[in-house]
Amino acid sequence: MTNVEERTITAPPANPENARYFEAAGKGVLLVGKCNDCGEYHFYPRVMCPHCFSDQTEWVSAKGSGTVYTYSTMRRGVPAPYTIAYVTLDEGVSMMTNIVDCDTDALRIGDRVRLVFKTAEDGTAVPMFTRVDG
Amino acid sequence: MSIKRKACIVGAFEHPTRKAPDKSVAQLHAEVARGALLDAGLTKDDIDGYFCAGDAPGLGPLSLVDYMGLKVRHVDSTETGGSSYVVHVAHAAEAIALGKCDVALVTLAGRPRSEGSVGTQPRNYGSGAPDVAFELPYGLATANGYAMVARRHMHEFGTTSEQLAWIKVAASHHAQHNEHAMLRDVVTVEDVVTSPMIADPLHRLDCCVVSDGGGALIVARPEIAKQLNRPLVNILGAGESPKGQDGGKLDITTSGAAWSGPAAFAEAGLKPADIQYASIYDSFTITVLMQLEDLGFCRKGEGGKFVADGNLISGSGKLPFNTDGGGLCNNHPANRGGMTKVIEAVRQLRGEAHPGVQVPNCSLALAQGMGGNLGSRHGSATVIMERG
Repeated sequence: MTNVEERTITAPPANPENARYFEAAGKGVLLVGKCNDCGEYHFYPRVMCPHCFSDQTEWVSAKGSGTVYTYSTMRRGVPAPYTIAYVTLDEGVSMMTNIVDCDTDALRIGDRVRLVFKTAEDGTAVPMFTRVDG
Repeated sequence: MSIKRKACIVGAFEHPTRKAPDKSVAQLHAEVARGALLDAGLTKDDIDGYFCAGDAPGLGPLSLVDYMGLKVRHVDSTETGGSSYVVHVAHAAEAIALGKCDVALVTLAGRPRSEGSVGTQPRNYGSGAPDVAFELPYGLATANGYAMVARRHMHEFGTTSEQLAWIKVAASHHAQHNEHAMLRDVVTVEDVVTSPMIADPLHRLDCCVVSDGGGALIVARPEIAKQLNRPLVNILGAGESPKGQDGGKLDITTSGAAWSGPAAFAEAGLKPADIQYASIYDSFTITVLMQLEDLGFCRKGEGGKFVADGNLISGSGKLPFNTDGGGLCNNHPANRGGMTKVIEAVRQLRGEAHPGVQVPNCSLALAQGMGGNLGSRHGSATVIMERG
């Protein structure tokens, strides 16, 4: 069992494009990019659609559920073990994240996960995921 | 227009040091440049093109051209991480083919070992990097990025830790002959899979070394190469391909080598089965397995079977790889392994590899680089060479 609370979460370096994403996270919302021209979702969200390069994008609230695409627990060279992962959101795009608050030694690719938020060292809310079945 | 036989590698030098706390990075660049010039039988004033990447201090080519006292008419600081130097060989050939320079110098140097760099620490590329805010908080480092690739590959194709371990075993068989290699002990599959878990499923012995040092190459016009008293190494073809997360449509078990490889083979007019020796970037064992598949040495998903049972060991396996011991055992200067990949391929084509690992009559070789992080975004580069 890994315990993310022992690990300091590095603050996400802010820039003018990503500020909105972390403001939403502070309100418990995970934003994903959606293009109103090609209709595709993208992650991480950006102003220009990385699929068709349209500027007709909006950042929409994700449902906050998904499945584990891959993961790895760092066990050496760090103050406390932690589990990095890619989660494929139900919207169809995958995002890098941490899996927290569950027995990550029992984690498997394909496990269902749901959105939680953890607080970085500077107070920024960071989207993470926990296993639905605990 | 093609670069096929338009340029030759005439000089190659790998710095013998693996720890250089008392040398500056610029000094290491100059030392490897001098080594490559001596190897080629050329002088500093013969150089009219200079190539370096992100390891070069200061303003890159401006700082180092000035520091070394070069007089050049062409510079290129293409940065694709550890694969940069494989790209530089191709770009030097392009520049020579276009008449932009005649003799190109490529250098790499760094001191990550002296400076305490490790693969378990996240790298912060700064707030201007658009991806960093979405990755740094999660602790993306080198080791766990590649580990996520290995985990997914195991899931999709049934690849095992024991199969990955064979890659390290083969590298260690080669490193025993290299007096400069950091790790010279021959290891077994059991040694690898029982070594401490770093970022699961990657063990300590699945990871490359961290070393100081560097290397240099000199690429020249064929007319000049033929006047030198060294075996000819012709450049036949090259490809380069960056690949990332594709806006979240992730396909982490295919690397950019699936594009850079076919481009290089097409330009060379060759197929994977023609290659007698392959230098394959080996930051981790999984890096090698992915590239072997994507280059077409075996089918996708069958890399585990391909590397097992010593198939990469020179003298007994079908595809001798990294006969210097590679990044896994020998050297990974500046955390950038592309340079040493080309250097060992040149040694093989010249017949100057250690007798214990020399491929008999080696006339066709490939050098494959993989920079950045296979778990997020990376730059693949492939160069195919022949003995002239």
